[in-house]
Amino acid sequence: MTAIMQARGLGKRYGRRWALTDCTLDIPAGHVVGLVGPNGAGKTTLLSIAAGHIAPTTGEIEVVGARPGGDPGHLARVGFVAQETPVYAGLTVAEHLELGARLNPGWDGALARDRIARLGLEPSRRAGRLSGGQRAQLALTLGIAKRPELLILDEPVAALDPLARRDFMRGLMEAAAEQELSVLLSSHLVSDLERTCDYLVVLTASRIRVAGEVEELLATHHRLTGPRRDPARLPAGQHVVSASHTDRQSTLIVRTEDPIHDPAWTVSALSLEDLVLAYMSEPAETGPRRVLEVQR
Amino acid sequence: MIWLTWRQFRVQAAAGSAALAALAAVLAVTGPGLADDYASGIAACGTDEACEMFARHFFDQHRTSFQAVLAVVLLLPALVGLFWGAPLITRELEAGTHRLAWSQSVTRTRWLAVKLGVTGLASMLVAGLASLAVTWWASPVDRAAGSEFPRMTPLLFDARGIVPIGYAAFAFVLGVTVGMLVRRTLPAMAVTVAVFTAVQIGMPLLVRPYLLPPTRTTVTVTAGNLDALMADGPGRPFQMRVEAPDPNAWILSNETVDRSGRTVKTVPLYPGTGPCARDKGPETCVAEIGRLGYRQRLVYHPSSRFWAFQWLETGLYGVLTAGLGGFCFWWIRRRLS
Repeated sequence: MTAIMQARGLGKRYGRRWALTDCTLDIPAGHVVGLVGPNGAGKTTLLSIAAGHIAPTTGEIEVVGARPGGDPGHLARVGFVAQETPVYAGLTVAEHLELGARLNPGWDGALARDRIARLGLEPSRRAGRLSGGQRAQLALTLGIAKRPELLILDEPVAALDPLARRDFMRGLMEAAAEQELSVLLSSHLVSDLERTCDYLVVLTASRIRVAGEVEELLATHHRLTGPRRDPARLPAGQHVVSASHTDRQSTLIVRTEDPIHDPAWTVSALSLEDLVLAYMSEPAETGPRRVLEVQR
Repeated sequence: MIWLTWRQFRVQAAAGSAALAALAAVLAVTGPGLADDYASGIAACGTDEACEMFARHFFDQHRTSFQAVLAVVLLLPALVGLFWGAPLITRELEAGTHRLAWSQSVTRTRWLAVKLGVTGLASMLVAGLASLAVTWWASPVDRAAGSEFPRMTPLLFDARGIVPIGYAAFAFVLGVTVGMLVRRTLPAMAVTVAVFTAVQIGMPLLVRPYLLPPTRTTVTVTAGNLDALMADGPGRPFQMRVEAPDPNAWILSNETVDRSGRTVKTVPLYPGTGPCARDKGPETCVAEIGRLGYRQRLVYHPSSRFWAFQWLETGLYGVLTAGLGGFCFWWIRRRLS
């Protein structure tokens, strides 16, 4: 399968501030990809570039095999649900489906009507009078019924209550499974992504920290606890993601392909949340930044 | 895309159509009566002098409604820019719905092209119909106004013929452009009105007079062409104004020159004394002005150029509109997100 997204040295500058720096990514198709990072890390910038809504300042990007945003044919292959799931407040639910049908050659009307019926949305209701959860579901329906190869969602559940959040994610997962849809969604909360994503990209302070399949990431990251020691003296092949020390004890989170033999360490597994937090709290490094990618 | 544009525009379109229909109804009800009154009055007046009296009286009688209708046509393009142009894109940007629209299988260039095309054509249609209706309604009043208010002169020129169509198209695209740059509806409306007003004031003052080279002529003052002889007070010299050979011309300058061709403000003749005393009659005064060598230099555009100017100015606004439109497309492709 082709990659859903390939980026090389991608960067975006607003005035003098870089919202995204030197982003290199190669995400294979067929995944539900979680893009996680704190607010303001550059997630929206990356996704907007991928959707073709903004042009990068530097670098190259291909989404489902072509540069984003160029021609209608490519637009039809990529769905995008923008942040805050905007819909036309003055248009009814049925009119939104009409809009989708008229503006998308591959529109699946039956699927859209079916989804709206299952969600219990009244077709004659104005979108401005829907609840936040219903609005998000309507936006998701528009994204799905267009039958894209890749659906990009920017913080789709950020504004939703837990119940609406669960329903939304469930609907998204069903669609992804039924339509063999690749999904790329962002969130600032790992818990939103933990149960749904099988591929993870961590973005903090405008840079990609780590990207890879969740299983691989969990298998190659370990928490080491033992007597205090300088992290620089670890064997080659063990990269320290984060380190904390007390007077006597060191706790390190390391990434390594190899088994850990040193008997001084107590090795424990990491949860996905721990792993993400370790990367998010990684201190700002000096010198050129390494882009970490887990080999498949 | 046309469906969506129309669906979003239909409330504004309904408001615009209702206003236009109301104007048309008022004009349709009063227009035939107005035309009849004028036709019968002109047929019955007999002598030239009586006819002139009638025309003056007729114009005075209808001056208020004439000015009200004039104001409607002058304001219409600004309203179009304000309520149809400025919100066209800002409304989407403020609600974030542009990102929904751009996520469909339609390029943003086409999205903008359809929005500009549909709403822009509606703007031009409304302005054209309003101008047509008002030009028809006002034609007896325009004729009665004659040289007092020639249609070549600013204000009336702006509200007759085809220029309102050009103004509306320009105001609309100006509103859209400002909206794209400012990104907020209310400030965009304010800036649109300010810029459009400035352009509408600047046009007749700074640009229109030079669209065609004006006619220049120096005439001898006669009792027939003398328009006004004014003094600032007793004992102050007279200033002169004459009528152009074409009474409905748009006079750009009307100045007195002496024997050697130099421009002078006044002639050395005074009210109440000498040849121009009130009891002498205008012929004596005019003869004295001629004897002293004073003549009047006129720069004007004859009324026969009305349509040439209409086409030129509409074309000029067309070019401005196209330029702003091109900028909108460039901006939406390169800068807007």
